[in-house]
Amino acid sequence: MNRFAPALLDPAAAVPAGLSDARGRSAKRRFDVYRNNVIVSLTEALETGFPVIEKLVGAEFFRAMAGVFVRSHPPVSPVLTMYGADLPAFLEQFEPVAHLPFLADVARLELALREAYHAADARPIAPDALTHPGLMEARIRLAPATRLVASPYPICAIWRANSEAGAPPARGGAETVLVTRPDWDPWPRPVSPDVARFIAALAAGQPFGAALAAAGDALDLSAVLTLLLDTKSITAIEVPT
Amino acid sequence: MFDAQPKSLPPSPGVGFKPQHYGDILVDPGAVTWLEVHAENYMGDGGRPIAQLRALADRFPISVHGVGLSIGGEDPLDRAHLARLRHLIDWLAPTSFSEHLAWSSHGGAFFNDLLPLPYTDATLASVADHINEVQDALGRRMLLENPSTYLDFDETSWLETEFFAQLVRRTDCGLLLDVNNVFVACTNRGEDPYSYIDAFPIEAVGEIHLGGHDAQQDEHGAPLLIDSHGTEVIDPVWALYAHTLRRTGPMATLIEWDNDVPDWPTLEAEATRAARVLAEGVA
Repeated sequence: MNRFAPALLDPAAAVPAGLSDARGRSAKRRFDVYRNNVIVSLTEALETGFPVIEKLVGAEFFRAMAGVFVRSHPPVSPVLTMYGADLPAFLEQFEPVAHLPFLADVARLELALREAYHAADARPIAPDALTHPGLMEARIRLAPATRLVASPYPICAIWRANSEAGAPPARGGAETVLVTRPDWDPWPRPVSPDVARFIAALAAGQPFGAALAAAGDALDLSAVLTLLLDTKSITAIEVPT
Repeated sequence: MFDAQPKSLPPSPGVGFKPQHYGDILVDPGAVTWLEVHAENYMGDGGRPIAQLRALADRFPISVHGVGLSIGGEDPLDRAHLARLRHLIDWLAPTSFSEHLAWSSHGGAFFNDLLPLPYTDATLASVADHINEVQDALGRRMLLENPSTYLDFDETSWLETEFFAQLVRRTDCGLLLDVNNVFVACTNRGEDPYSYIDAFPIEAVGEIHLGGHDAQQDEHGAPLLIDSHGTEVIDPVWALYAHTLRRTGPMATLIEWDNDVPDWPTLEAEATRAARVLAEGVA
């Protein structure tokens, strides 16, 4: 396996010594079956995980790029549902996509959606729980699926334009995207900077009042609480005793 | 050694569960009496996959089939992965757990393929240690599946069937006999699959797998069959299955179709065919 394993990832490597067909002859085509299985199956895992990236660069380019990524970043765990966590950083350095600087953040959004899909289930609070008199000092626990992804590019608009039939072409500038999972399907939506600051502060465990201060005076509190309740994103209100 | 009265899968057809069939299975499972899932697809914290598996487990016996333990590897078993598996087995309490005589990880990298190992005294000892470690960690007997292989190791000194018999003796594990893998590996070695079945330690078998394969040729023009799980089971494999059943008696039989997954009626028809062979004894 010390010889077998590296040759799997190196298409130029010779067939490792000591392998043959059952009659002692060369086993090049036979070894290539394993080599092919490794690259193809891991490429498919990336295609499943990053459908929008695949659409943005095209299927053929994606397969070639995935081959480079798989060989330099093979999975470190047999749980492939989260394979590709290193892809955004890879995309930032991969010269052939330097003209698509938004790609890494779109990949981060696809990863956040995948994390949300597999996140733990949680029961949302009843809306009237927010009327607690000690709310300002309370910590708001958000559903485990909740994610924020910030980018200088309109990544949610790009995601939608490449995921939904009839979605408008992506325009605009920086976006912070809130990912929620009301039931089983994660959903991304862009949120304003003050809403993003508020939710990020709650997620970091700051008390409600401190999160309000972090958000700033312009925050439409009733709108953001409606959003969090509608998306079943608040799972507990922890009032200090 | 583990359970005085071990649970076992029903001696009837099952299929590998695919999420796109979820609704169809609940409405009308047809000839399908149990389901197999790949362990590694259900290691998230929650969400739809876990919810679906919970609901299916209320209706059907479940077989958990691991593809990532790398039992045939040189490296120590991945303890974190074993713990994830233990967690899944604990909450799901499946009827059966199986893994492969193969390796898939080496030097910290996971290759997502079932890779072959030489059959030597050294690998026999290390595979037996790994099986014992898995069975101890999970607190249950496991089934070990025979591989589909494409090439041979010069250093191999054991026949594969003998290697399995030795593993059963040393670990008390059960075996999962993949009849398509027997057909593929024996054809690739130029050997007779019927002789393999006849030499296999049949009394340890707790499950049979059937699946489709692709046919190619190597650079010498010799047949090179590839275990693709992307088509129907071919007639010669059905015939070999009927022969196998004459040795095992009625046995839980799984249809594996993992690539180019067909619609539910097509997959169910394969299970119906397995039910017919189970009932009539001929393919």
